[in-house]
Amino acid sequence: MRQAGSVNETPSGTKGRRVPERLVRVGFIPLVDMAVLVAAAEQGFARREGLRLQLVKDVSWSNIRDRLAFRQFDVAHMLSPMPIASQLHLGSNPYPCFTPFALGRGGNAITLSVDLYREMQGVAGLDGSEDALTNGLALKQVVERRRQTGRKPLVFAMTYPFSSHNYEFRFWLAAAGINPDADVTMTVVPPPLTVDAMTARAIDGFCVNAPWNMIAVEKGVGRMVATKADIWPSAPEKVLGVSPEWAEENPETLSRLVVALDAAARWCDERRNHGDLADMMARPDHVGAPSEMIRRLLSGQLTIDPDGRTRQVQSYMTFHDRNANFPWLSQALWIYSQMVRWGQVPYDEAGLARVRAAYRPEVYRRILAASSASVPAGDSKVEGVATEPFIDGRRFSPDDIPAYVAGFDIRNGLGSGVAE
Amino acid sequence: MACRLARNLHLPPGWMGMRSESFQDLTRDTHTGQRPLRVAIIEENGIRAAILVDGLREAGINDVEVIDTMTNMLRRLSTVDPDVIIIGIENPSRDVLEQMFQVSKLVSRPVAMFVDRSDGSMIQAAVEAGVSAYVVDGLRKERVKPIVDMAVSRFNAFDRLQRELLEARSELASRKVIERAKGILMRTRQLSEQEAYGLLRQTAMNEKRKLVDIAQSVVTAASLLEK
Repeated sequence: MRQAGSVNETPSGTKGRRVPERLVRVGFIPLVDMAVLVAAAEQGFARREGLRLQLVKDVSWSNIRDRLAFRQFDVAHMLSPMPIASQLHLGSNPYPCFTPFALGRGGNAITLSVDLYREMQGVAGLDGSEDALTNGLALKQVVERRRQTGRKPLVFAMTYPFSSHNYEFRFWLAAAGINPDADVTMTVVPPPLTVDAMTARAIDGFCVNAPWNMIAVEKGVGRMVATKADIWPSAPEKVLGVSPEWAEENPETLSRLVVALDAAARWCDERRNHGDLADMMARPDHVGAPSEMIRRLLSGQLTIDPDGRTRQVQSYMTFHDRNANFPWLSQALWIYSQMVRWGQVPYDEAGLARVRAAYRPEVYRRILAASSASVPAGDSKVEGVATEPFIDGRRFSPDDIPAYVAGFDIRNGLGSGVAE
Repeated sequence: MACRLARNLHLPPGWMGMRSESFQDLTRDTHTGQRPLRVAIIEENGIRAAILVDGLREAGINDVEVIDTMTNMLRRLSTVDPDVIIIGIENPSRDVLEQMFQVSKLVSRPVAMFVDRSDGSMIQAAVEAGVSAYVVDGLRKERVKPIVDMAVSRFNAFDRLQRELLEARSELASRKVIERAKGILMRTRQLSEQEAYGLLRQTAMNEKRKLVDIAQSVVTAASLLEK
């Protein structure tokens, strides 16, 4: 087993001999949470492993999925629920892929239109310092009022049906007593169009990754009311989606890639590298947003209100720390529980097996066991313990999903009372 | 569920029943291949849309609807009730469609073209041309292939057209620059038009650069020297 080490170590895979570089084609959507991929490609981590990463920008998650399926990409920057959906045969092109490596946590936030937030302030007397749950409860009051006065339901957007954004937005709404399928209208808006859609008053709120929330605030149209860290700090955000055929044909390349990404992820977490990282990310062929804004996002210094109010969010974006790259089965199963909760898929034992095929901790462990990384001994854990709680305070134990789902008052699957 | 979908998409009640029926009809008819296919094109560029519609008509497919804006896309699609949806791969609205397919519990859900991936070269051609298609599940591939083939060739034709237009524009711009450079040389060095052109060409050859680049240098230099 080759060593994964710090930046200064001699790369073991290429030591003493010249190995032709292997090309890996990587699809991505321009978002700050692709940082590990950019760092691996630009900061020499891939080259050290004898790899050349070709980062290919795309416009939609559907394209990412399809181009992986049609073998135009070998691996891709993916939403954490996408490999699970693919194994469960959900979606219009369910090409079963898997992930051996998560690209980090965090970066998502929920932003409401300034008009809606000011209405919440008026109704609930918010002074702007409230936490995410209090904001949700204020929104609940506005939703009730709108219903009583016959105004049409609020329209909220996320970026893809099988996205962390969908499940986090719904989790936050439901924690505040709002039924996302009955009390509001949930719709999809692609990330680069979210701010425009809000400006045009086509949507009243959205959940999306960085930098779009901050852009909405700085443009004066949006008010951030919750971040991923408020809803569930452990949530895996993007993962490395891998084509199974490619992995089978190129096991050595996959191993080297994971080693390179592990080193890149450590580098991304180092505060002193944030300036360089922000500059790389700012380039138009990557995210194409101002470097200064990306730097603030990396450090969790968020401008949350156009009036200038800021908030420092601990671990707003984490790329490596606390096993952020480990593909926890329990986190995959939590995502599955939300798919069941919202009626995207019925619960069954066969589904559990498919989820296990999507997240592959044993691959991570095999490749990185000999490295300096602290590799968890188990594949699953109880999620939502004291240090990293869910916003509703409940814990998730992966061995009883039906009970967990049944414990939600607001749900749309598993024999819910919601009229179909 | 039908009600929920109708409410989410702001659809009139009852449309869902209509749709399911038509899907059943379709499933029956595909075995004989007789039912005329209805195609929806989601395309904001009017010229590309027109080129596509034109091509499909030539291929004998007359039932074609163009949806040119994202606003009301879902409502329009449900009214049109297409068997095949053609949408450019560069259109981010593909993710919006994905949500629509997920929310609606149709008898037969549309799937991305040739999910079985048995026709690799065809998929390759489509993706390279920037075409993606959704097809009602169960529709025979032989019936859809000519439509996708047509879309691919028309997307390529449109790209060619765009390229030619761009080239023509830059050609025109180059010619203007060369004319101006000739004029400057004729005036400042008392040359005939032919001599001025000859000098530009000779310089380009000597410096292994393009004629238009030399001409541009002359124009830039002249503008710097002007009082």
